[in-house]
Amino acid sequence: MIEAVGLTKRYGDKTAVYNLSFQVRPGAVTGFLGPNGSGKSTTMRMILGLDNPTAGHVTIGGYPYRKLPNAPRQVGALLDAKAVHGGRSARNHLLSLAQLSGIPARRVDEVLGVVGLHDVAGRRSKGFSLGMGQRLGIAAALLGDPQVLLFDEPVNGLDPEGILWVRNLMKALAAEGRTVFVSSHLMSEMALTADHLIVIGRGQLLADMSVKDFISANSADFARVRTPDTEPQQREKLSAAITEAGGHVLPEQDGALRVTGLPLPRISDIAHDADVRLWELSPHQASLEEAYMRMTQGAVDYRSTADQKAGLQQPLPPGAQPPMPVPGQGQPGWYAPPPPQQGGQPSAVPQGAPQAPAGPYAAPGAPAANPYAQPAPQGQAPQAPQAPAAPPAAPPTVPTASDVTKPEDAR
Amino acid sequence: MIELEGLTKRYGEKVAVNNLTFTVRPGIVTGFLGPNGAGKSTTMRMVLGLDRPTAGDVRIDGRRYDQLKDPLKYIGALLEAKAWHGGRSAYNHLLCLAQSNGIPTTRVREVLDTVGLTAVAKKKTKGFSMGMGQRLGIAAALLGDPRILMFDEPVNGLDPEGIHWIRTLMKSLAAQGRTVFVSSHLMSEMALTADHLVVIGQGRLLADTSMADFIERNSRSYVRIRSPQRERLLDVLHRAGITAVESGNGALEVDGGKAEHIGELAARHQLVLHELSPQQASLEEAFMRLTAESVEYHAHSDAPVPRQQWGDDWKRS
Amino acid sequence: MAAAQVVRSEWTKIRSVASTVWTLSLAVVVTIALGMLISALSRSEFDGMSARDRLSFDPTFISFAGMSLGQLAMVVFGVLVVSNEYSTGMIRASLAAVPQRGTFLFGKLAVATALALVVSLATSFAAFFLGQAMLGEHRASLGDDGVLRAVIGGGLYMTLIAVFSMGVATMLRSPMLSLGVLVPFFFLISSILGYVEATKEVGRFLPDQAGSRIMQVVPPVGDDTPYGPWGGLGIMVLWVIAALLGGYVLLKRRDA
Repeated sequence: MIEAVGLTKRYGDKTAVYNLSFQVRPGAVTGFLGPNGSGKSTTMRMILGLDNPTAGHVTIGGYPYRKLPNAPRQVGALLDAKAVHGGRSARNHLLSLAQLSGIPARRVDEVLGVVGLHDVAGRRSKGFSLGMGQRLGIAAALLGDPQVLLFDEPVNGLDPEGILWVRNLMKALAAEGRTVFVSSHLMSEMALTADHLIVIGRGQLLADMSVKDFISANSADFARVRTPDTEPQQREKLSAAITEAGGHVLPEQDGALRVTGLPLPRISDIAHDADVRLWELSPHQASLEEAYMRMTQGAVDYRSTADQKAGLQQPLPPGAQPPMPVPGQGQPGWYAPPPPQQGGQPSAVPQGAPQAPAGPYAAPGAPAANPYAQPAPQGQAPQAPQAPAAPPAAPPTVPTASDVTKPEDAR
Repeated sequence: MIELEGLTKRYGEKVAVNNLTFTVRPGIVTGFLGPNGAGKSTTMRMVLGLDRPTAGDVRIDGRRYDQLKDPLKYIGALLEAKAWHGGRSAYNHLLCLAQSNGIPTTRVREVLDTVGLTAVAKKKTKGFSMGMGQRLGIAAALLGDPRILMFDEPVNGLDPEGIHWIRTLMKSLAAQGRTVFVSSHLMSEMALTADHLVVIGQGRLLADTSMADFIERNSRSYVRIRSPQRERLLDVLHRAGITAVESGNGALEVDGGKAEHIGELAARHQLVLHELSPQQASLEEAFMRLTAESVEYHAHSDAPVPRQQWGDDWKRS
Repeated sequence: MAAAQVVRSEWTKIRSVASTVWTLSLAVVVTIALGMLISALSRSEFDGMSARDRLSFDPTFISFAGMSLGQLAMVVFGVLVVSNEYSTGMIRASLAAVPQRGTFLFGKLAVATALALVVSLATSFAAFFLGQAMLGEHRASLGDDGVLRAVIGGGLYMTLIAVFSMGVATMLRSPMLSLGVLVPFFFLISSILGYVEATKEVGRFLPDQAGSRIMQVVPPVGDDTPYGPWGGLGIMVLWVIAALLGGYVLLKRRDA
């Protein structure tokens, strides 16, 4: 169990981490999310006693890391895969770590086997690929058979087989009752791995809840409904009936409908009453990415903007066709920039949004702020952010207001 | 359009790329998949003329790479490894590339803006984080406004906002009719981005198909059904010659079935359905099945942490 | 056309890294300062010299004494200009932008050589004038026989040292390896060969020994060097051409 209380870290006048309190419990994989520069690494370093907090404290099993008896056997961490002497072999690297903490040498060969590096154990790690370095780092974390494990971006550089392996490894470690704390930028990966989430933005806690609750709290579940392709009037009819019953309908790209605000059996009944045959009626939950993006808007450092391409002639190679017009694109830019905080456009999240009682990022009064409420992320043509977005299906409810801090103000 | 014809690369006895023939077409995002060491990076380097093929060749819009005048205007690439001098500013890095291909200076500022690096354009790239470096690499790829773009592991080091951005960028580049060729290890990411897949393993072509075909061919698909009239539904399905299996929590699964077929059947028999959802395996599963033979470093996935094997004796010390 | 673009691009590259400024300014400062120091020392020692030494006293050559160390900075400059591309990974971006490798190498060498030439000539003239000022009554003047040739030659010598290093670095790619080969080559091998009578003949044909002949105005007594000032420079140029050709052939052949 990792416990942080009022954890704060300042570098000069820049506050990297501010008043963080959370617990990472054993028996579950806890994901640690946040945009670049949000203080994730600093927090991890403080947990491991590498950095001293300016205020507050963080303990592992009740002790600060530096006071932990035999820390390497209690805590294993993968921070930076490159923290290896390149001239040393993988085996010798692990051996030196093992000797430091009195772990028997045979354990080295065991962990090398676990991470699949036994064949290259004698090779100098200088020639290792990013993925092999990552495996070596994981081997080092497992060396002391610790009860608490920290992983920073563990799948970096791994290939699909390695990614699957790391995912299963983390789940297995948690199933054995260990505490597993993982940071990652890969939402789709996190959705598959983590049970619980801790989200920070600009050094402050944004959320601390289960993955399922997080997604439900930050986006709407929906149903995908398909009517016979051969009879378009059935689709119209069902749309009208659902709207009348209080549901929201948005078209999807492949001709299906995205329905929010009504449970599946109710949609089934409506279809039946309207005499519409259904070819599909499937429940969907929004992706973790959508939920995450919604929550962390405004806590991002580097933003991309539209590409103007002024002064650049486009030489068309012989035989190439001229650029196709992009449907739905009203301006010369290549693609829509990430929605919030564009110059000249109203900020998605008003600073602090004090008047919004629902919570700081729900922004129910500004539907255009949420581009992810739009349907069909697959193959969707980019849209200018000014384009009127569909209103959010249901004002997203914010979890318990107490464990959520405003992302923007109070810095 | 990128055309590979019998492309082969040998390093001594080791064959990195073996007789690859495929075409990357404009207008779609083509994903390039394969386990580590499958030869993806080597292939991409040969496309850019950085490595010389042992046999076969690569054509960019019908021409060899070194026959292109101002190649950055034809093809822009983000390579996996860092490709800039840390002591140079982002602006100067892009400027020298632009000048070498006769691209106007104003374009440098545009691409910096596009990738969101304007604020740090004059800073030395040494201090850049992995994500910022990735953005700089993407800026260099976009510099010549090329018709063909090639990205090697583009989301490496990007944060979720950046990942979302690059995905949208690649799709819109393809929607404009450009050729987009992207390699990645992240199957879940690829599933969201690519329309077409080229899969290689141990240097050989394993698949060159559309995403949907690939998943369909390499995994199991089924339809999940829920109904308050479960017994009647089972009966109806049985009479139609469809085998349904229990999947726990009250749902039924029909292997390989067509959802529309079952929907029609239910409507004809006045059956109420509370769910009728076609389920497909993930791209990851399909990929794993295809490449099971050609993975270089196998982890012992069955024994994540052998706890008992090595005894508890030392722990008590 | 394409070559002009490459030259412009290479100019941006060379002016936008700090190593260019510090290696070149180090070359200038060391060459001039050390030349002045040794000139000043020589002036005070002149009275105590033997007649034989006075006969071969070469004020021009003495003012260039700093080049023995200053050339090291030129070696570093030449090596870094080329090997930076490899050590940073920039080479991949560069060759993707300019796949005609000959054009790429030519552009890079042209820009770096031009810059080195300008700096070297300025250094050579400055070292000469400031060195002569230190020598007082023993000084030579630019109008004396062979002096102008020696001063311009000094600039050419420094430039060629840099270009030779570029050629070697193109062959070896790694900055550490290149410096590890070049520094002992100029500072150890050359002088070791020179000390031993049997190998002295060979040592004379090394690029630095042959090239530095052009800076001598008054040859040492009993000089039996088989080549003259321009002949020596010619030998150095042959070395440089060999290094460049080697670099070009390897760059053309191998994978980036």
